[in-house]
Amino acid sequence: MQLIKNKIVTEDNWCFISDDGVLGKGDICVSLARWQQNKPELLSHTGKLGVRIGPADNVAQLAGDLPKLDLIELDFPDFADGRLFSHAWLLRGRYGFKGELRATGQFMPDQVFYLSRVGIDAFKPADSAYLPKVLENLHDFTVNYQQSIAN
Amino acid sequence: MSIDIIGPKKHSHICMYQYNLIDQTLVDQRVAQFRRQTEQYLNGELTEDQFRALRLRNGLYVQIHAPMLRVAVPYGLLSTQQLRKLAHIARTYDKSYCHLTTRQNVQFNWPKLEQVPDILAELATVQMHAIQTSGNCMRNTTTDPLAGVCIDEIEDPRPYCELIRQWTTLHPEFDYLPRKFKIAVSGAANDRAATQFHDIGVHLVKNAAGDIGFSILVGGGLGRTPVIGQVMRPYLEKKHLLSYLEAILRIYNLFGRRDNKYKARIKILVKETGLDTFTEMVEAEWQLIKDGMELDEQRISAIQGHFSAPDYDPSAPKDSSFAQQQAQHPAFATWYKHNTTDHKIPGYRAVYLSVKAPDVPPGDLTDSQLDAIADLAERYSFGEVRSTHRQNLVFADVKQADLFALWQQLDTLHLATANIGTATDIICCPGLDFCSLANAGSIGITKEINAALDDMDYLHDIGDVKINISGCMNGCAHQSVGHIGILGVDKKGTEWYQITLGGSSENQAAIGERLGPAVAKHEVTQAITTILAVYVEQRQEEESFLAMVQRVGIDPFKEQVYATH
Repeated sequence: MQLIKNKIVTEDNWCFISDDGVLGKGDICVSLARWQQNKPELLSHTGKLGVRIGPADNVAQLAGDLPKLDLIELDFPDFADGRLFSHAWLLRGRYGFKGELRATGQFMPDQVFYLSRVGIDAFKPADSAYLPKVLENLHDFTVNYQQSIAN
Repeated sequence: MSIDIIGPKKHSHICMYQYNLIDQTLVDQRVAQFRRQTEQYLNGELTEDQFRALRLRNGLYVQIHAPMLRVAVPYGLLSTQQLRKLAHIARTYDKSYCHLTTRQNVQFNWPKLEQVPDILAELATVQMHAIQTSGNCMRNTTTDPLAGVCIDEIEDPRPYCELIRQWTTLHPEFDYLPRKFKIAVSGAANDRAATQFHDIGVHLVKNAAGDIGFSILVGGGLGRTPVIGQVMRPYLEKKHLLSYLEAILRIYNLFGRRDNKYKARIKILVKETGLDTFTEMVEAEWQLIKDGMELDEQRISAIQGHFSAPDYDPSAPKDSSFAQQQAQHPAFATWYKHNTTDHKIPGYRAVYLSVKAPDVPPGDLTDSQLDAIADLAERYSFGEVRSTHRQNLVFADVKQADLFALWQQLDTLHLATANIGTATDIICCPGLDFCSLANAGSIGITKEINAALDDMDYLHDIGDVKINISGCMNGCAHQSVGHIGILGVDKKGTEWYQITLGGSSENQAAIGERLGPAVAKHEVTQAITTILAVYVEQRQEEESFLAMVQRVGIDPFKEQVYATH
């Protein structure tokens, strides 16, 4: 499966593990709930670690753990839930997350310019057919009025 | 990218914000983006839901008969070039008219979906757009139509409106809010922008030390649950304006309800959280961002430079013709009394153009009127026009010597009905005639009330009565804050109307009290004339309608209205 990272089409090497799934090998991403429940077990995992955030999660709870993480997925249940835009801004701007901040799920390719401006650097749309649009739409505007968190 | 302010262009006349390269590029790129989105939708590459969210953020609704396009008029300021462009659009893409809204915007009721990108491209050539005029995002910032010229002003609010316009436009974090979000700014002692009924109201105030800053109100709103906004911060230094707004928006975006669209406005969050707790949350957030978002004085003064005063004629007060004309032409004198207002510069008046002629839907303007208004504004008011919250227009800077000539010309254009602030200066939504949300007609009721109140002497005797008519409980015409509010409701497929009394969106804000059971459509006008008759009969000397309602309550009106049924 492919995604866009830093405006380039890239292979996705991460594997999301459901809450009752076996951790397995390689780079893995889990829900915030699982991260909070199984942190010691996860920290002993040999691959890289990521956490998936939903709109209702409180990202402040993750702030102290950010150095341990290489990926945070912001998973859109639907494109209209704008809380994830603030979560991205907080993770990148306030809590200083340096790893990959990835939008996944049902965001629209027409939202990626805004998403890139709140600190998201990777996009994995639900349908990979959207990848060319994501790439194109990242260039929708060359000017803006607000400071970008990513710059 | 930081904003590179190119100083105000030296237009011989225009004293309003002029786009720099950044503003223009942004609007042009927005047109290109929406053109692509429209094409993709028409090709089936965007779903209805996706395109709906995108088109709404470009002002495009789908109504009963056709799409409706709402064009932004930032804080109600229009140049004559912009007016002529609106006239051209009305002629070319619509049925030769447009409609003024209660938030100082302009609507077209008959554009074709596939032509909307072309309309937006036309607008972009005159520094206009439809960005964020609908959808769950930050909307057009509104203000006092008398900003910069009124006699009760603490400071001109327009530069702050422009700063807010820029900050709200394409804000990446706050474009998918729980619900729509409206900000109004007032710089005067008297609130003419209904700021207490906005998600955020910003008031310019002077503190005890004599410094000017802002008082911040939050949680006001109309619609289904009208709420009066509350002061959450009595004084905010100017440099913190945008950081404080950003803190409010971040808390709202994170914690505003998304489970029920009728409980998603910030007023519900403030109510459910409690003002004190809500304020603590905002202040805590603000502490973390305020130092990084300060507005420096150069930035503020650069924007203020765009709104410098026009070249007023110092000899304007010397004119004496104007007094003679009033004596010779009673109709002119009446118009002068009702449709013009005090100006801070001696010898000047601010003039209301009444877009409330009896036989026309309130707020509707034709293409030829728009063109003629542009000509008149150039001749008499420094080439600038303002739209008002009550769906009229203002020429802000007219010399008293020019008033008579202006009145004559406005009269031929049907824009001089001497009814500003009277019972026929009705705020009215499009209602069932155009709107897919409406339960009942509103324009027809307005026409009937106009017909019943065609005696101008009686109308002027009644004086200041604000009637607001909405065709459904979404309340686009702000019926809950009308001195008399009329709300259309559907009862088993027929149109009925609830009447409220005593609402006000001015300084002493109030939500109207329901008079009694809804009345049938054919009884509305009689109910209104009965209410006005009770007022005329029972008022004390010099007592306004609203003051009498506040003194006696609704009972005397109720008895008469329901007695005649």
